[in-house]
Amino acid sequence: MGEIMVLAEHRQGEVRDITFEMLFKARELCQQNSHSLTAVLMTDGQGSYADQLKSWANEVVVFKDDRLGNFNADFYNVILAALIEERKPFIVLMGHTPWGMDLAPALSVKTGYPLVTDCVDVLVEDGKPKVIRQIYSGKIYSKVSFKESDVYLVTVRPSSFTPEVAEPFSGEIVEHDLPADLPTPRRVFKEFVDTAAGEVDISQAPFLISVGRGIGEQENIEQVKELAEKMGAVLSCSRPVVDKNWLPKYHQVGTSGKSVKPKIYLALGISGAFQHVAGIAGAGTVIAINKDKKAPIFRVADYGVVDDLFKVVAALKEKIES
Amino acid sequence: MNIVVCLKRVPLTQEVDLQVNSDKKDIVKDGLAFVVNDWDNYAIEEAVQLKEKLGGEVTAVTVGYEDDEEVLRRALAMGADKAIRIDPGERELDAFVISKILSSVIRDLRYDLVLTGVQADDTNEAMVGVMVAENLGIAHAAVVNGIEVDGNELTIKVELEGGIDEVSTITLPAVLTIQTGINEPRYVSIMGIRKAGKKELKVMTIDELGLSQDYLLPQTVIEELFLPPETEGAEILEGDPGTIAEEIIRIIKDKGVSI
Repeated sequence: MGEIMVLAEHRQGEVRDITFEMLFKARELCQQNSHSLTAVLMTDGQGSYADQLKSWANEVVVFKDDRLGNFNADFYNVILAALIEERKPFIVLMGHTPWGMDLAPALSVKTGYPLVTDCVDVLVEDGKPKVIRQIYSGKIYSKVSFKESDVYLVTVRPSSFTPEVAEPFSGEIVEHDLPADLPTPRRVFKEFVDTAAGEVDISQAPFLISVGRGIGEQENIEQVKELAEKMGAVLSCSRPVVDKNWLPKYHQVGTSGKSVKPKIYLALGISGAFQHVAGIAGAGTVIAINKDKKAPIFRVADYGVVDDLFKVVAALKEKIES
Repeated sequence: MNIVVCLKRVPLTQEVDLQVNSDKKDIVKDGLAFVVNDWDNYAIEEAVQLKEKLGGEVTAVTVGYEDDEEVLRRALAMGADKAIRIDPGERELDAFVISKILSSVIRDLRYDLVLTGVQADDTNEAMVGVMVAENLGIAHAAVVNGIEVDGNELTIKVELEGGIDEVSTITLPAVLTIQTGINEPRYVSIMGIRKAGKKELKVMTIDELGLSQDYLLPQTVIEELFLPPETEGAEILEGDPGTIAEEIIRIIKDKGVSI
């Protein structure tokens, strides 16, 4: 009987959703393969993280230290590497989040254990882990296995698993000593800054018209803005539009922007990268217009139009005006 | 400040119907256009801007074949001073192997900072940059969208979820993986690329680096690539733009949204 370990992620007093998504998936893998499930928590002792986690795992291993209030790859790497060496878990799951991306590759080099990142599914076949990834913007899937190892490291794409209500664990909370040789960190946390606050709150709008890379030029946004005004919709956008400084960040829908829950989401020239799709999970009806019939947005949209967005925008304007 | 930038050339796959090869290990790449990985383009721009402010040298590095030199020439045209291509030969490559090759080249260069994209547009692993840092035993930060230099220390912004940035300080030398949107990459003209042809572009082999076969074993295996499972997906609205517009307006009103 082996162990599956899940690294808990928390920020500003809250356990991040990815943690429960991973614990939910890990529970399924543990049931199938008679493994035990361990959540690993690093904290400065504030908050009730361990209490929240104990109903999701057989054991919650807690590292408590004043220096662990915020994520720090230097500390996490040394602590997790030591714990992995001690317990040799079968699989370690971490989030494919900004912090997971900061930690997991370093942990893999430090421990020598193989890593596959950004997995949308994790399976165990003949006692070996296999993972499913999406590559080329989700147009192709990839099944990946690891070289033979004692421990396998995996990072999981956020929103890949939806935790369902299950019989809660009554996990044991175990405080673990820190390794003696904690390094002086080379990176020091200063503060969190909210960059998405602005004049418009897209997260509350009932009707969003959203533009993506397909808008082509900054000038073209104007006609969509006009359409939005005429239709009583709020204008939003996907990441490339903000990257190019065509619209301020508070318009951005997606993982690094805002999650939205409009009744209607009209996506114009948005391909549907997973970071964007995660942001519209709460949307009612999604209508997507895109020239690329293989654009991933059509996999999540309710209605699709494979056409030039400008033609449809012009026609919509005409119909509204008449 | 001396900066090394790691770049990758990737196929352009928007508006392309991708197919899987017969051995199911790769996609059919014939006929695809190739470009510099978008994230790496921001990394090279950031490096050149830092050099313009602080002086020093920018070296662009890629692991790849002759065709991949295109991204190095482009980096030289943007303002890099020299470039290195490491030819991997017939070797199987994964992020582990590539990061080891890059680390072994960078170790012998004079550098204060290593920049690369958060991830590559093709396989989006987000592994190589951070692995290079750990191989070199230096500090790192992933998903950086702001850099300010203060002597031997940088103040950086890391992009987290939900519009939150994490501000921290990091000591040099360091590896930073760069997020899109950190700057506005400059335009590169064909003329500019031609002019940059005079700059040094060095080609090295794995043997010259003295790396053994055993050291460069991949740790992961692609079992198979496949097309996404068929899902019901969107109901496609057909017709001329006028008909489609009427249909969209009907759907919006049906859902109780007044326009």
